[in-house]
Amino acid sequence: MKRLLYELTESWKIAAAQMAANKTRSFLTALGVIIGIVAVTLMGTAINGISVGFDKSMSVIGDDVLYIEQYPWSRMNDWWNYRDRKKIHTEYGDKINHQIAVTPNTNLMVAVPTMSLLRSVKFGDNSVDNVYILGTTADYALISTLDCSEGRFFNEIESRGGDEVCVVGYDVTDALFGGRSALDKRVLINGHAFKIIGTLSRQGTFLGLFSLDSIVVIPLPAFKKYFSAKSEADVRVKVRDKTHMLDARDELTGIMRRLRGLSPEQRDDFNINEQQAFKSTLDAVKATIAIAGLFITGLSLFVGAIGIMNITFVSVKERTKEIGTRKALGARRRTILLQFLIESTALCLVGGFIGLALAYLMCFGMASAFPSFPIRFSLGLVIASMIVSVLTGLISGIAPAWSASRLDPVTALRYE
Amino acid sequence: MLSAERDTMSRNSIHHPSPLVIDIENITKEYVMGEEIIHALRGVTLQIRRNEYLAIMGPSGSGKSTLMNMLGCLDTPTSGRYEFNGKDVSEMDGDELAEIRNREIGFVFQTFNLLPRSTSLRNVELPLIYAGIDPEEREQRAAAALAAVGLEDRLMHKPNELSGGQRQRVAIARALVNQPSIILADEPTGNLDSKTGEEIMALFENLYQQGNTVILVTHEADIARHARRTVHLRDGLIESDDVAPARRSPETAGVS
Repeated sequence: MKRLLYELTESWKIAAAQMAANKTRSFLTALGVIIGIVAVTLMGTAINGISVGFDKSMSVIGDDVLYIEQYPWSRMNDWWNYRDRKKIHTEYGDKINHQIAVTPNTNLMVAVPTMSLLRSVKFGDNSVDNVYILGTTADYALISTLDCSEGRFFNEIESRGGDEVCVVGYDVTDALFGGRSALDKRVLINGHAFKIIGTLSRQGTFLGLFSLDSIVVIPLPAFKKYFSAKSEADVRVKVRDKTHMLDARDELTGIMRRLRGLSPEQRDDFNINEQQAFKSTLDAVKATIAIAGLFITGLSLFVGAIGIMNITFVSVKERTKEIGTRKALGARRRTILLQFLIESTALCLVGGFIGLALAYLMCFGMASAFPSFPIRFSLGLVIASMIVSVLTGLISGIAPAWSASRLDPVTALRYE
Repeated sequence: MLSAERDTMSRNSIHHPSPLVIDIENITKEYVMGEEIIHALRGVTLQIRRNEYLAIMGPSGSGKSTLMNMLGCLDTPTSGRYEFNGKDVSEMDGDELAEIRNREIGFVFQTFNLLPRSTSLRNVELPLIYAGIDPEEREQRAAAALAAVGLEDRLMHKPNELSGGQRQRVAIARALVNQPSIILADEPTGNLDSKTGEEIMALFENLYQQGNTVILVTHEADIARHARRTVHLRDGLIESDDVAPARRSPETAGVS
């Protein structure tokens, strides 16, 4: 046992000395592994980043919120099937809430109607265009992840009364007020004055597509009064227990069918959307990246492994006499086998480390270039790449190491 | 003083003959070369006792190298029996032979066969690593072996920083470090000038005087002259087995 330990230590020393003596050759040989590890790490980072960014965006939608809408979120290639449906009205919000109140053991918690438009917002000489103006009820605070950095969300009374108050997103506050406090200031939304009673903390972007901070939330009656009473609306319903999503969905479908007065043979003329619809779309994207990444990784690692196998064969050939000497001095087959296996593994490990370092630098560069794209360089990836490197080394080293261990000491000693 | 020492040793061995280290009985070795079968050894019987100083001579093709490979447990005979310290090694497999070589045989090669990028100390430590000796003891014993060949101030030198004679001394220290039963030297002075060669031969003489068993394989009569007993091979057979007349001792006479 001790002997094995000493042989292993010795083998690592030899491997290090070999690489130090043949720096260029070792580096060129390890290139395949380096590229492979960069590919696998970047792929993993991309998938991780997409997942993290997606989850963050999804949390804005809420994993326990059902959206009653005219169109489904996925499969919009047959949009004409949904075009002639009746619009969704904000009044359904109150009706559903009433239904929830009278249903014992309901799976639903609260329904919140919303309407939205893009409008410009002004304060003094400053102005922001295309701000997402959201009209809703006070209950919106219950179903969203919005969180006030200053002030508060509007209350039930302000909401029902349609007061000219508003809660503004980070981008809007920043553009209009810079570092100053926005509270109690009056902004003009499409020319109508609203008093700021709260500012929202930063949300980031939705899937990197648009900012979630370019938003102003106002009470629904005020929205209808000043903007459009007929603008598109949806109703968001929060579920009591997200483990009973399906039951909640069925219950809500039933309520909606009654509100719409559908007879049993008629199909639903509305859609109940949830976060899951996005998830399945994204899983397909992630799978595509993974397959492409695995293919590139596999190919470069394969080429790398062949390179390392080749160089290990060369190394065995070059050092045949040394192998003979070692055998004469008492090295057993195992000793020689381990020595060359460790040499190929060490080469791959060094390649792996260089690959990881490169991938890390690339991620760092990407993170600085595109700050909105969430990049996660995880410990799991580091461990995975190390395992891949070691496996590549072992697989590519086994054939030359085996041939070295089987060398006849007499022949090996005579080799020039 | 040296002769007095030798006399004491000789007197002792009359009454207590040294134990056999090598006991070879009728060994043959055949190689297949294409269609042809080459009979490298055709039936060699040889006994070597502890603390003998023996030279194996013969022209090329005489089976000298093959016999050396057998003695060094680098190869096994086609037929015949070979006992090393009472153990039958003729049927052993590769790893068992490696074990014997590691513990019982110290090799000295014509081309020194040192690891080029390792220091003297690490070169000498190598057999101890394969023997599973602790690092501290390894270093201590390697340093002692190097001191014994007069290289105590060259521990951290690499082979390319040493002269030919010094390299061969490192190799001899490496052969000695595991306290083997025999030291097997294959043309140890073949790559050295004659003056350095003589120094190396003096070192072997010294090792023999200290009680080691030394086997030289050479084709140079000048080198073989140092040994106390000379075995001549020709065509795979022992042609003669002489005890050097000037240094004749009853111990070796009894064997031949």
